This record gives sequence, C-alpha cells and structure tokens, in this order.
Amino acid sequence: MIELKYPFDEKTVRSLKVGDAVAITGRIYTGRDKLHKFFSDGGNLEVDFRDGALYHCGPVIVGEGSESKPYVVKAAGPTTSVRENPYEPDFIAKTGVRLIIGKGGMDKNTLDAMKRYGAVYIQAVGGAAAISAAAVKKVAGVSHLKEFGAAEALWHFDVVDFRGVVAMDSHGESLFEKVEISSREKLNKMI
Amino acid sequence: MTTVEKIVELIRETSTSIPVDVEKAVKAALKKESKGSSAEVILKTILENCALARKASTPLCQDTGTLTFFVDTKLKRKVSVEIIKKAAAIATARGYLRKNCIDSITGKSYDDNCCEGAPVVHYVDKRGVTLIMKGGGSENMSRQYSLPDSTLSAGRDLQGVRKCLLDAVQKTLGYGCAPGILGVCIGGDRATGYEVAKEQLLRELSDKNPDKTLSELEKRVLSEANSLGIGPMGLGGATTLLGVKIASRPRVPASFFVTIAYMCWAARRRTIEV
Repeated sequence: MIELKYPFDEKTVRSLKVGDAVAITGRIYTGRDKLHKFFSDGGNLEVDFRDGALYHCGPVIVGEGSESKPYVVKAAGPTTSVRENPYEPDFIAKTGVRLIIGKGGMDKNTLDAMKRYGAVYIQAVGGAAAISAAAVKKVAGVSHLKEFGAAEALWHFDVVDFRGVVAMDSHGESLFEKVEISSREKLNKMI
Repeated sequence: MTTVEKIVELIRETSTSIPVDVEKAVKAALKKESKGSSAEVILKTILENCALARKASTPLCQDTGTLTFFVDTKLKRKVSVEIIKKAAAIATARGYLRKNCIDSITGKSYDDNCCEGAPVVHYVDKRGVTLIMKGGGSENMSRQYSLPDSTLSAGRDLQGVRKCLLDAVQKTLGYGCAPGILGVCIGGDRATGYEVAKEQLLRELSDKNPDKTLSELEKRVLSEANSLGIGPMGLGGATTLLGVKIASRPRVPASFFVTIAYMCWAARRRTIEV
C-alpha cells in the first residue's frame, strides 16, 4: 500500500504506476456532472485544485453544517466517471489537479492529459459506501451547495486512508484499456 | 412487532447486511487472487465494507436500488401495497434507503421512495416475503439478445446462448461493479425474459439447478467468464462472476430471446416469514 498525503506533488504522482494500491490522507474535493459543466462554461471554482484530488462522488450527507448539527457523511462511494470525459482533460490542464478518483475509468483524451500534466486516475471500490464514508473524518466545508444541490455540490472532505487502486497513470497506461482488449481477444477465441 | 415494523426490519437488514452465501463466495474468490494484486485489494475492501455496514447498520452501497417485493398471495391483505409503502417511507426516514425515486417526466424526487409503481410488489405462490434491492449501475448492464445473432455467430441452440452470456460479461467489463451474478432466462417473450431472469437472482449461489442441461451450462459459463480476466471492478483478476443462474421458458417459433439480469457484488436479497 502506497501512502499519498496532500498536497500531492508532481514527482510522487508521476512515480505511480497502474496496479499500485494507494491510501490517501488529507484534503479531497467531490465534484461530478454539474461541477464539470459549470467549470467548462467558465465558472469560477471556490477552491484551489492545484496538487489536489477530485472525487467523482455524490455523497449522502446529513446535518446542517452548524456546530450543533455538523455535516456527517453516511455513504460516499464513487460514481461512474465516463460522464466527465468531455470535460476532464481541460479540467486537468487548467486546475493542476493530480488525482482523479472515481469508478469505471476514463477515455484516451483524459489519459493523454494525465500524461502531459502529471495526474493519475484512482479506482475506488464501487458500492463500498460504508467504508468510503468511514474514511471521511471531517467535512471541512462545502461550495456551490445551493446551485448544485447536496449530491452534486463540491464537498471538502478530510480523509484518512481512503483506499483505491491506480488504474490510469501518467505514463499512458490504463488498466481498463488493457483488460478490455485482452478480454475481447480471449472471448473471440472462446466463441 | 407490527407488520409494518417487520417490513421495515426486512428493508434494514437487506440494505445493511450482505447475504451469507454472497459473502462466502467473495471470501472464496479472495483466495484465488494473487497476493498484492488490485483484485485482492478490492475484494478485501468489499469484505471490510460489508462487515462495517452490518455493524453500523448503514447501507452497504449508497445506491439502495429498486425495491422489488415478492409476497405470498395468501398474505395479500396482511402485507398489502399500502403496508409496504408505509414501511419504505419509514426505512427512508431512518436512513436505510437513499432518496432514490425520481419521477421520469418531471424529474421530481419522491423523497419517501413511494409513488405509483414504487416499491414494486408482486404477489406470488411462494412462502413469506422476499425483498431484492438492485442498484442502477448493475441494472444498466442487463441486456437482451435475440437469436440468431450474426455478430456473434450465435444460433438458436445452447451454444448460441452460451455465446450471448459470455459476450454480455465481456461488454459489461467492470461497469456493473464486478464480481457479479448473472440471472438468465432462455426463451419467453421479452417482458417474461426480464422477469424470470431477475427471479434467478433470488437463488442461493450454492444451489444446484435440478435441470441437468442448465446446471452444466451454468458451470461452464461461470468458469469461462472467469477465465476472461476482467476481475473485480474490471481491473483484471480471476473473479469476474460469483454465479450464473439460468432458467428457461417456452417461446413462440418466431422468437428466441436470451435475457440477462446482471447483479453487482452487492446482491441484496432476503426472505422473511410474516
């Protein structure tokens, strides 16, 4: 298990290879469909993603963010990442984000952007909502809550040992692509 | 305990506690994966997640899915649709279910998970009350083939069926949250196909199909699918499927459908006596 601590510097991120198991500690920000569209339309993000992590996640959160009723994360598994393919290369280029966390992988353009700017894609375990929620030790804040709604807002999570596997690296390698090609070859031989 | 509370308890247990046979299958799968592989990391995480969800009584997956109930016809009065709706609303308020029910026309959320058609309730000739919760990620991977299929060189025979099933597994890759389970119906009309295929997901993973031909096909497809190397979450590995469960229904001469209900590893199902 490789431990990654925020801020995630370029050298460390570029040293990661597909198949590496990682445990992330520090700040990560959630963002999914509405956030990507907003950014692509020229919207200003309230947080700095440089050397940071973006988590494709629509969490279940209770509480009001007040002292008596703080936000508590009930479930926080990953959502499918492919929907952000059209936006992600530009997001990586402009924000300097280093870790994209989600499920299912992303396309060639995103992989190219990761190679060019030094970023990786980390597969979280789909469906493992309880364990992902338990890794979130604190909800440090939230942005765009009113415009995007709770499931789409940009939540500021402080996590400890949030686990995943590097599935796309900054050397142009993608486990998803490899598995797709090799499994299709095997299938063609079988049928 | 009132009937409503019994159903609330059924929903809580189904949402928070993975069936014993599924957990056992994931544990057995873990032994087949090589040390230090991503497949090992993922399966370990799944098992830890299930233990944690059970202990904390929280949903083991945030997509608490479509709720489908199968109720003994004899219990129609006692376990009415109204009683089930009451229970679903309470279970949602207690956090056992996500607000997961959207009006397809207006986009409005039914915040208590209840409206016309939700939860889905079937009255059947089967003892007790059974609940299955199936999330959207896996449901999106369910599919139906019509034989013959020239792209697969699949004809109207068991070889053709086998090709469809393996093709479905390869196309699904990790998108349905593998390792998954295939519920399959050979034949029937299109609607019956999906219904019967989904019902196969209620079978215990370790059961044996009384039909010898289907039992052999189940074993063969399971072993061949796992040799594709897709692995947990599609990152490669020895375990792509935990089970294959097949049934057949008669067809009309003009049709030959092969229908697959794909279930993720979070195969939440449970039966209680009321």
